[in-house]
Amino acid sequence: MNITELREHLCATYPDLCPLFSIEFGDGVLAVDSERLSEAAHNLKDLGFDRLGMVTAVDRPTRFELVYRLHSRSMSAALVVKCTVEREDPRVASLVDLWPAALWQEREVYDMFGVVFEGHPDLRRILLPEEWEGYPLRKDYQDKTLIRRPDYI
Amino acid sequence: MAVIDRLGESLDGGQGGIILSTVDSLVDWARGKSLWAMPMGTACCAMELIAASFSKFDFDRHGTFPRPDPRHTDVMVVAGTITKKMAPAVKRIYEQMADPKWVIAMGNCAVSGGIFYYDTYSVVRGVDEFLPVDVYIGGCPPRPEALQDAVLQLRQRIATESISPDRRRESSFVLPMPGDISFGSRPGGGEDEGGDAE
Repeated sequence: MNITELREHLCATYPDLCPLFSIEFGDGVLAVDSERLSEAAHNLKDLGFDRLGMVTAVDRPTRFELVYRLHSRSMSAALVVKCTVEREDPRVASLVDLWPAALWQEREVYDMFGVVFEGHPDLRRILLPEEWEGYPLRKDYQDKTLIRRPDYI
Repeated sequence: MAVIDRLGESLDGGQGGIILSTVDSLVDWARGKSLWAMPMGTACCAMELIAASFSKFDFDRHGTFPRPDPRHTDVMVVAGTITKKMAPAVKRIYEQMADPKWVIAMGNCAVSGGIFYYDTYSVVRGVDEFLPVDVYIGGCPPRPEALQDAVLQLRQRIATESISPDRRRESSFVLPMPGDISFGSRPGGGEDEGGDAE
């Protein structure tokens, strides 16, 4: 199923999701509100997206952009779901009950960006030591042990 | 005979009957000849560490082969990037090794952090921040030959050790290096290292 067919299928089944659909760099992208992420994810799973490929986040100047990549074996299609959360106290619903693959992926986003996934059964750091302070992939992360690369290298 | 020459003085003209030696010589000889390695491979250098053990490079001929149990091993080969989360585990494995024990830092990451020295929050800048490293090998990654050279250099170092903690002794153990005129010619009389075949 190519992107056009995917869009038609999506619009036919869930008309309220249709205006959120766009195409970026050849990928179908669905930009949803963070409050409606859980509902949209339920709908997408019912539509046939049975696999969660990855969860990651992007640090924008005023917000975090969460990126979920979904795959469908029955439709042979992929879809990117994006939602934005505030930089201050970022919170979003966990998708673990829909796709168990989100267990570690959301822990990693929590570890690197400090986004709290509400409803996650085991939300703690996964890559860094438990006692680590700060979230290293935030642009404003400060670490006094970090050595900046000098200009001449 | 070369072993006897290095260990001490033969009382019967090298007939192999009675040898006078020191405990240090005997112990150093025995320790240096069977350095079992604890393969602490955490990144791509581990591939070269594995290759060094296999038939093309054949670590066994130096008496060195990897054992996955720290209590069996004498030398820890830290091959790869050590992150701050991994460091306590590496230190703990090192502490589980029985004395005497040595450490080889293999590759740029284990030596200094390597390409992760700058702008990285998570990498330890060299295992010598928490382990007493005996031999450093540069390279990204080093060739298996470099690792074998490190074992030979470590052996040279072991030959200067004493069972008394306060003493170091002079070694007559000369390691041939590429570029030496005598390299590969193996003159008789035990000056050459030549001990691997014995």
